[in-house]
Formats: sequence, structure tokens, C-alpha cells
Amino acid sequence: MAQASVTIADAPLGPPPHDVPLERPDFQIVPLAGLPIVAAVLALTIAAIAVNDLWPLMFLHVVAGAAWTIIDLFLGFVLGPIMGKLSVPARVEFTTRLMPKMVLIMPTVVAVTLAAGWQLATNMGTNQSGFELHGWVVASFIVVGVMAVIALGLLEPANIAVLTELKKPRPNPEVVERLMKRFIYTAGATGLMQVATFVIMTKLATA
Amino acid sequence: MNERRLPPVTQVGMLSLSLIVASAIYLAAHIPQHVPLTPSIALVCASALALAGIMLALSRVDGFAWEAFFAVARWALLAYAVVAGMIEYVFLRNHTSGGPLVLLTLSLVIFALDVTVLISFTVARYAD
Repeated sequence: MAQASVTIADAPLGPPPHDVPLERPDFQIVPLAGLPIVAAVLALTIAAIAVNDLWPLMFLHVVAGAAWTIIDLFLGFVLGPIMGKLSVPARVEFTTRLMPKMVLIMPTVVAVTLAAGWQLATNMGTNQSGFELHGWVVASFIVVGVMAVIALGLLEPANIAVLTELKKPRPNPEVVERLMKRFIYTAGATGLMQVATFVIMTKLATA
Repeated sequence: MNERRLPPVTQVGMLSLSLIVASAIYLAAHIPQHVPLTPSIALVCASALALAGIMLALSRVDGFAWEAFFAVARWALLAYAVVAGMIEYVFLRNHTSGGPLVLLTLSLVIFALDVTVLISFTVARYAD
């Protein structure tokens, strides 16, 4: 893989490697190879909504929702603290390998969870105001709404911006550090909110 | 880190996004009953005003990296137009019509623009 030389000055952790050129792997901000997979997943979701059959809708909603939940929790509480303790070169390399994948994965799982979930609720009648646990359903709308605002308004922009910064011939480590912190903290915040989703969804599933 | 003074685009953009999500939650929570549309109209208008306000404020910033902004914006808008289109399809599939459909469609348009502006601004503010 092609390597690019990056100078990291004022590194925030460990002995500062002033003006020491670091190797960073070449990378695509949006991995083009992943786009056909995203297109296939979205096409499957649209087909499932059109057919309105319970099993594919349940499958897509549960799989995408579980992926969203697990990724948030894992990023916020497992990978985040680990990344914070990595050396700067290791963190740069890890970031350039992880974040492009997140650019495709996160919007896809969020869109599939919401679209399949709404159609599933319509199919099952759980989004009707006459449903006995309607209050719980509205609570899930609110939790998902808050998570979507955080994910789309803070997390996704930080993801794209950190990759754009790392693409520059001389990335600013302070900018990278700030954006990575924003990414990990917002992933942690949405991870915490996912616990509320667990409570609501298990309540609804057992109703 | 030297930073230019920029308008609070992220904060106001988040507010605009929150208002639009609140409008959608309000409408979704009332289905299939008759929905009083006034609160939703107010939320959508406030969200659109907030979005217009940040674009106006940004347009007055000297030396803002518009090239970087639009380089990101065109792809982000395409991506989020696809997402918004998919959600719109769900509403059409379930025979949503009339005032709620108009409001939900407007909400999705503002949603796609909000996310596009937030992503593009975050990239452009750090552009060289």
C-alpha cells in the first residue's frame, strides 16, 4: 500500500516527536469498494418495504439496529479508551483504517434501522396511537431522534473532517486530536442512549 | 491552533436538525389520528429559518473555504438525499397524504440540507 509522509508536531501523548515524519497509509475517505455493498443493502431494504413481509423487515431492523447499538457501545467504551492510549503513529494508522469504513457503515445502518423499523411498526400496528404501549413507542422515537441528531450532526461530520485532515500533506495533529475526541465522545454518548433503546425494545418485544 | 472567527454553524445546525426531528416525532406519534399541524408547521419553519440564518452568516465570512465546502457538500447531499428518499418512500408506501406528507417531505429536505451543511462546514473550517 502506498505510504505518505506526515509530520506530526506537538503530539498530545507521549514524548513529542517534533517534526519527525510519520508514515501513514494511503486511504480513500469514502471506500469506493464498499459502495456496491451499501447500494445492495439499501436496495434490499426498499424491496422489503415494498413487499411488506414481516420476516425481512424484522431481519433488517434487528440486524441494522443491533449493528448500530454494538458499534456505538464498542467504539465509545472499548475502542475509544484504547485509541486514547495508543502512540500517535499507531493512532494515525488505526484512524485511517477504521474511519473510512465508518463513513459507509454508520449512515447505512441508521437509515436501514429507521426505514425498516417504521415499516415493521406499521405492519405490526405498534406505531398506531391505539397500541397499548404507545407511550413506549413514542419514547423510542425520542431516543432514536436524539441519537440521530448526535450521530448526524456531530459524529458524522467529525468522521469526514478527520479523514480530510489526514489526507492533507501536513495534517494538523491538534485538529485530528480534537475531531477524534469529538468522534469518540459522541459515539460514547449515543452508546449510553442505546441502553435506553435496549430497555424500550425488549419491553415492546415481550408485550 | 489559529482559528478564524466563524458563526456558530454547528450549534445552530444542530438546533435546526433537532427542530426538524421534533416535528417528525410529533407527526409520527399521532398516526393514524387527525394531527393538528400547527406545532409541526412552527417547528419546520423555525428549522428552515435557522438553516437559512447559518448560510447567510457563513456567506458573510471573509475568506471562508467555499471550494472545500462545496467539494464535500455535493457528495454529502447526494448521500443524504438517498437516505431521505428512502424514508419518504416508507411514508408514501403507507399512504401518508395531505398536510402530514407535505410537512414530512419538507422535513426530509431540510434534514438532508442540515446534515450536508454540518459535514461540509466541519471540513471547510479546517481547510487551508
